[in-house]
Amino acid sequence: MAFYRPARWQNAAVSVSLAMLIALPELLTALDQSYYTGFATRVLIFALAASSLNLVLGFGGMVSLGHAAFFGIGAYVAAICYDAGIHEGLLVLPLAALVAGLFALLVGAISLRTRGVYFIMITLAFAQMTYYLFISSSAWGGDDGMPIYERMQFAGFSLLADEALYYLALGVLALCMLLFARQAQARFGRTVQAIRENETRMEALGYPVFRYRLVCFALGGAVAGLAGALLANLTGMASPNLLQWTQSGTLLVMVIIGGVGYLWGGLVGAVVLLLLEEFLLAWFEHWHIALGLLLIGIVLFAPRGVAALFGKHHG
Amino acid sequence: MTQLVLEQALNGLQFGLMLFLLAAGLTLVFGIMDCINLAHGSLYMVGAYFVAAAAQAADSFWIGLGAGIAGAALLGLLLELSLFRQLYRRDHLSQVLATFALILIANESVRVIWGPAPLMLNPPESLAGPVEIAGFFYPAYRLVIIGVGLVVAALLYLLVAKSRVGMWVRAGAANREMTEALGINVRGLFTAVFVFGAALCALAGGLLGPLLAVQVGMGESVLILAFVVIIIGGIGSIRGALVGALIVGTVDTLGRALLPTLLRATLPADAAATLGPALASILIYLLMAAILFFKPQGLFPARA
Repeated sequence: MAFYRPARWQNAAVSVSLAMLIALPELLTALDQSYYTGFATRVLIFALAASSLNLVLGFGGMVSLGHAAFFGIGAYVAAICYDAGIHEGLLVLPLAALVAGLFALLVGAISLRTRGVYFIMITLAFAQMTYYLFISSSAWGGDDGMPIYERMQFAGFSLLADEALYYLALGVLALCMLLFARQAQARFGRTVQAIRENETRMEALGYPVFRYRLVCFALGGAVAGLAGALLANLTGMASPNLLQWTQSGTLLVMVIIGGVGYLWGGLVGAVVLLLLEEFLLAWFEHWHIALGLLLIGIVLFAPRGVAALFGKHHG
Repeated sequence: MTQLVLEQALNGLQFGLMLFLLAAGLTLVFGIMDCINLAHGSLYMVGAYFVAAAAQAADSFWIGLGAGIAGAALLGLLLELSLFRQLYRRDHLSQVLATFALILIANESVRVIWGPAPLMLNPPESLAGPVEIAGFFYPAYRLVIIGVGLVVAALLYLLVAKSRVGMWVRAGAANREMTEALGINVRGLFTAVFVFGAALCALAGGLLGPLLAVQVGMGESVLILAFVVIIIGGIGSIRGALVGALIVGTVDTLGRALLPTLLRATLPADAAATLGPALASILIYLLMAAILFFKPQGLFPARA
């Protein structure tokens, strides 16, 4: 792999998709399928979470198997805020990102001393610690998780309607994707990608490799926390399931299906996986078998993922 | 109190030995083939199901155990020939994805074949009761597990440390290219090691079956523990796997049993009540993070 460069027709494709996404709730209401607005919001939120992992994994080259920890912590911050009487999204969302980001900074500072398999395993260990910490603490609901009986507001606007939350999620996702698109071309993104390609060389050129990696890792964690807070408001609870390592695995699967290191990889992967889940489940109860076979097929025959169509790496 | 400590120490030893059976296969696959196998826990689960089903059919625990181990070894052989061979040369990410997919397939297949309810697996009649040792009663079946675990660990040690095949395996873990250059059939060796690891999984699953429920998802929690063991011990090292397994087994068991009591003695009651279980369940992960912090290659690195 080398540096990411968007495909020539990317801007057109993104504009069209964005217009379609803005019109989607109206369309669903017109078709009397407004149940799917909630589902679409879920897809957008997972797209955000998977994109944040793609920043760490695809651009930073750090195979983290503990991303669910940051995702789940964001959800718990939202629930704890609700419990403490803080209902303003303008406060809750940055707080969720901040807490998750700081935790990622701590985890990264320890984990990034190790390499390869050891890094995979130590991130996994931290995620497990977080999981067990939350399920064994009675103050935060233990096994049952923490409920959010009423969605937060955003700048005074109510998010009770599914459409309102949908547009908030879309707005946050669009902003974050803009940020990711900028960073992929900017100095920071180039440096991080160069470190992924040849760490020793960047070290020799005098770049503070460890610090760049750490910032990239923490940024990914913060955005995952943002996604977690949105998800908790959608589902009405912060569940310990969000912290489970299989959740990290699912996010990883999304990124790999979509395309590791391609800007739209996480987004495409989340859309593909959740659509498959929603519609395969309807007519095949044991859809996991089909999904598993599909994933093995992807590994063996299409290792670059779907989003490889949406951008290229130039050397 | 001493009785409790002694009993929990025996439980910890038993748990540690079972973890060793799992970690031994995992560390070799990991060390020699440089392949992350997240589906190792699924082999354990499927092995336990094979043993439970065979034991029910044959109405004998020991026949079931033998048949289950043979079944799991056969499954391991099929998996190695069809999928894992392709994965050895791929990057870690592909291995994580493919073996994660195997977990999904295994869990769902077990649900299709045996249903969502846990299977019952009874220990042999003759071992159902407790025996008296040094003044307290301890389940006979757990003692047998400890015995089998010790024997297998000793045999494995002899096999890996003293035999010719073991020498090839260790050489493969230390330097694969050199081993190949010396004319060892590393490909065949890989297959053998993988099949052997699958058989050990089924042995652990079958032995633990009567103590824990044989159910979907039993592989995941134990897989993470097995990974912690081999990371602590150093990837590719059998000795490290044994030491790591015993450490993790005893620390986890003793921590869960004793930490709440110890904390109650030193902290206010409500603080101890919340902190105790939380600390006990993350103890081994803290231990692993600490060991990696000071020794990033684990306690006994295979590649010096």
